Order: sequence, then C-alpha cells, then structure tokens
Amino acid sequence: MTILTTPAGIATGAADALRKRPGADVAGATFKWLLIGATVFATGFLAVLLAVMIVDGWDVLSGNLWYFLTHGFSQRSAGEAGVWQGIIGSLQVALVTGVFAVPTGVATAIYLVEYAQGNRFARIVELNIRNLAGVPSIVYGLLGLAVFAQTLRGFSGGTTAIAGGMTLAAMVLPIVVITSVEALKAVPDSLREAAYGVGATKWEVLSRQVLPAALSTILTGTVLALARALGEAAPLILVGAATGFMSFGDANMLETFTGPYTALPVLIFNFARQPGADWGVNAAAASVIILVLVLAVNGLAIYLRNRFERQW
Amino acid sequence: MAPPMSTTPHGPGLKVTDLRTSVRRRAWSAGARWAFALAALATVLVSALIIWTVASGAWTFISQVAFDNLTEIGWFPRRGLFDLSTLLVNSVQISVIAMLVAVPSGFGAAIYLSEYAHPKVRKVMKPTLELLASVPSVVLGVFAISFITPSILTNFFDDINFFNKLAAGIAVGLLVIPLIASIAEDALRAVPVALREASSGLGARKVTTSIRVVLPAAMSGLMAAIIVGFSRAIGETMVVTIASGGGDTSLFNLALTESGGTFTSAMAALGLGTDQVAGNNLAFQSLYFLGALLFAITLVLNMLGDLIVRRLQNKY
Repeated sequence: MTILTTPAGIATGAADALRKRPGADVAGATFKWLLIGATVFATGFLAVLLAVMIVDGWDVLSGNLWYFLTHGFSQRSAGEAGVWQGIIGSLQVALVTGVFAVPTGVATAIYLVEYAQGNRFARIVELNIRNLAGVPSIVYGLLGLAVFAQTLRGFSGGTTAIAGGMTLAAMVLPIVVITSVEALKAVPDSLREAAYGVGATKWEVLSRQVLPAALSTILTGTVLALARALGEAAPLILVGAATGFMSFGDANMLETFTGPYTALPVLIFNFARQPGADWGVNAAAASVIILVLVLAVNGLAIYLRNRFERQW
Repeated sequence: MAPPMSTTPHGPGLKVTDLRTSVRRRAWSAGARWAFALAALATVLVSALIIWTVASGAWTFISQVAFDNLTEIGWFPRRGLFDLSTLLVNSVQISVIAMLVAVPSGFGAAIYLSEYAHPKVRKVMKPTLELLASVPSVVLGVFAISFITPSILTNFFDDINFFNKLAAGIAVGLLVIPLIASIAEDALRAVPVALREASSGLGARKVTTSIRVVLPAAMSGLMAAIIVGFSRAIGETMVVTIASGGGDTSLFNLALTESGGTFTSAMAALGLGTDQVAGNNLAFQSLYFLGALLFAITLVLNMLGDLIVRRLQNKY
C-alpha cells in the first residue's frame, strides 16, 4: 500500500476508491435485475393475455366480428352465437349500478368529510366501508338474491337487470365512497373558509365551491367503479344472469329492464362452459371485446385523473 | 368634530337577526345534512343486510343438516353430503399457489418501483398496475383453460386433468399481483427517507439498504399485503369455477393436478342450478352457509390486515 503524501495524491486516491467499478457489485446488479424481471412479469402478462385471446379468437374476430357483435346467444351451435344481449345487458346493469351507487356513495363521502369528522357514527361508517371493500363479490350475490330479487321483488321484478344492477351497486359502493373521500379531502380548507367568509351557508359552500372543485376526481372514481362492475360475473350468476336471455321481441327498452337479462362476462362464462373448441373461440373473442372495453374505460379514467389532477 | 362612535357592537341600527341568513337557506342547509347522513346510514344498512342474509340462511342450514354429513367423503350437495374439508382444502391449496405466484412478483415490482425506478418510470408503471387490477376475472379463467393448462402445465405433468387446481391457482395469482404490489409499495414508501440516507451514509450499497433496512422497516405492511391478497384469493370465484371445475360435485383429494371445488365455486355451481336446487331445500341453504363461512374468513383476514396497516401508519 502506497502512503499518500500530497493533497493531489490524496484526492486521486479518494476518487479512485469511490469510483464505481463495473462488475464489483454483483449482488446489487443481480438484485436489481431480479426486481426488473418481477416488474416485467407483473405488468407484462397483460400483453400475453391479450395476445393469447386474440390468437384463440381470431376465427371470429377476423371473419364475422359484425355478426358476433349484433346477434344473440344461440344454444344450437357456436357459429350462430353472438354477444349482443350481453353487451346490452351489461350496459343496462351498469346504468342501474350507477344510479344507485353514485348518489349514495358521494353523499356518504360528503357526510364523512364535511359533516362528521371523527364522531362515533362516522367512525362506524368508515370501518363499515373498509370491511365492505373486502367482502368477496359472490357474497354480494347472496345479498342480491335474498334481498333485491326476493324481498324487493315488487320493485325489481325478481332476477332482473334492476336486481343485478342493485347488487353490483352494493359491491362498488365502497370504491365510490373511498375515491370521493380522497377527492373531497384534497380540496383545501381556504376555499371553504373564503365561502363562509362571504356569508354562504354550509350547503352553499358544498354545492357551489367544494363539489365543483372535487368533481373531476369524483367522476374518475365513479368511472373506475363502473368499469369494475362491467367485468364482474360472480354476483350476477346468483342473481339470475346465467340462465336468463333477454327476449327483445316487441318489448320496448324499458320493459327489458324487468325481464330476464344477461351480461357480457356471464356470457363469456357460458361460452367457456360449453364443451368443444368452437365455443372456446367464442369465449376468446368475447374476452378480447370485454378486455378492450374495460381497459379503454379504465385507461381513459386514469389518464384523465393524471391529466387534470390539480395541485392546490 | 367627528360624529360619536356607535355604542352597539354591530354598527348603527344593525341587529343580530339581520346577520342570520334567510329561513329558506338555513332549511336547505339543515336538510342537506340529514340527506347526507341518511346515505351514510344506507351503507351501514348494506352491511347489516349482508350479515342478516348469510346468517339467517346459514342458521336454517345448520339447524336442518345431519352433522355426520358435514364430514362425509366429499361435496355432493344434492345427495345431502356436505364435506367442508373438501372445499376448505381446495380453497387453501389454490390460494397458497396464488400467493406463491403473486408475492415474489408483486413484492419485486413494489421494491423496484419504490427504491430503484426513475420517477418517470414509476409514473407510467403505477397506473399500469391499476389498469391490470381491472382485468375481468372471467377472462383469466378462460386464459387458464386455453393457455396455462394446455400450453404450459402439460409440458411438466403428463396426466394433468383439463380442469385442475394448479392452473386455477396460477391464474388467481396473476389476478392478485396488482393488489399485492400496490399495498406493498405503499408500505415501502411509508419508510422515512432518513433511514435510507443513514444507511447510505454508513456506506451500505443500495441492495444492502433495500434488504437490510427498508424491508424490515416495512415488514408489517408487507405482511398486511400478503394477508389481504390471501383473502382476495380465497374469495375469487370465476377463475376457480372455470379453471378448476368441481364446484357442483367434488371428491376429497389433495392432488394439484386434479379438479376440485372451492367455497366460491361450489356457491357459483349452486347458484347456476338455483331452479333445480330450490326443490331440495337443504342443498339451496348450503349456499348461504358457504357464504357465511366465506364472509367470516375474509372479514377476519381483512380486519387483521387493516389493523396492521393502521399500526404502520402510526409508527412513522
């Protein structure tokens, strides 16, 4: 070992000691690449999933996509079956879900953030919301079957799109509440205080200042919640979507809400249950359609949120 | 000389009532408060209805079933045989496989995003993970029977069943990766930067800081991620129903290459045959009994996970 005597020599020695030598930190490099591998696996399987579905469903997607999109389910043969009823049914269910979940969810969030910070009732509601968020989706199906389809038969008409939509509304309610709470908490108090300062009532502060300021974030959360409902099949199976097929006949649009119904994910499940490769093609093609739908809706919501996220 | 100052606190001629808003505006404000509180009450009502539904249905089942039939050979609800261990073993096996897939990948992604990734990479990857969380579970079920089993698993197992627990577990694992990654990343980012700086200041390499300092500090949050992920896996229905089969009838078996019904797929199967099953009252009531079990299991797991996360938040 050389003894460093001059300042310049010490500086060179120190710089040399601190310099990164390629290959010296083998463990560090290995660890980093393992992490990158895990990340690629975690996000890359979506690409594999989409590719496999497109390849498997190519016969339908390339040949008769239009027929597939515009025709109803057929028990006779895979070639005659389409997803039209599923698409309409999913839209109906999503509409009912939105009508029930959004007002209730946003109002609950307003109560928690604006009125009841920390009181006992609010703590119960918060705990309740957190627990509801973890309840498996199929348990909501039991709620829908026993309460919305049977007890409230007079209102929902039994196992209909209304009962299915209410079931999914209960399921996505925690998502709407949690995202709306975040949105309202992000609105700075100075905005509220300024409104109170000029003599506004609490309702006026909320409806004219706080809600408009939080609206874009609340909307994003709502869209994410509806996208979740759009892809959900398990609760709907219990609420009658698996056996029901919408009969259009001469029924008008309003009547189809209270008749038998089905939904796109349930239809995919029905395709997948049928034996035979040609039904598999249908299942894959319908999977591509629902993936594109759900990813587009979600992607748009996430993009808009990141785009319009306001820094107060 | 200036006019004398008014002696009333509100200025000349101004009374307290003048400062009150109109009755109509105050009524609106009070009414809104009650409307919002009512909505909050409705969310509690949803929970109450769930508990009432599953509890009353489960009680009907328990009060009618012969207890010997809860431990017989397998799950054959229409023959009155309700062996719970069959479903429990399958549920746990599939969820453990799911964890073996999801935890390494989810934690790896979380450590990369929180410790290594450039902010720009992170900004793209976080929303991508969110997007992945929205993949419908039926699609992963189709993926399991059309790709995981025929294209991958048949290379390793010669006599694997077309419907098998292994493929179901792997697909459920893929499904819960985003959830686990997201909770784990939150836990890692909750570790104060000061700990990392202190470690680097002592000359530790990045890998040493990550493994010896950041991971132990975030340990409870990582445990919570595993618990919540496991709860989600146990409750997953469609993937298991499509890929593992056996929901309607299932003989007790431990082989991962065989089909097998879980709590959730047995429920889906009972729900599919709602019309047929309605005649045999006991089989139909077992649907609610399974729902009650599932509700209780996931509730305990989620509350445990929630408790741990809360502890962590208070720690720093």
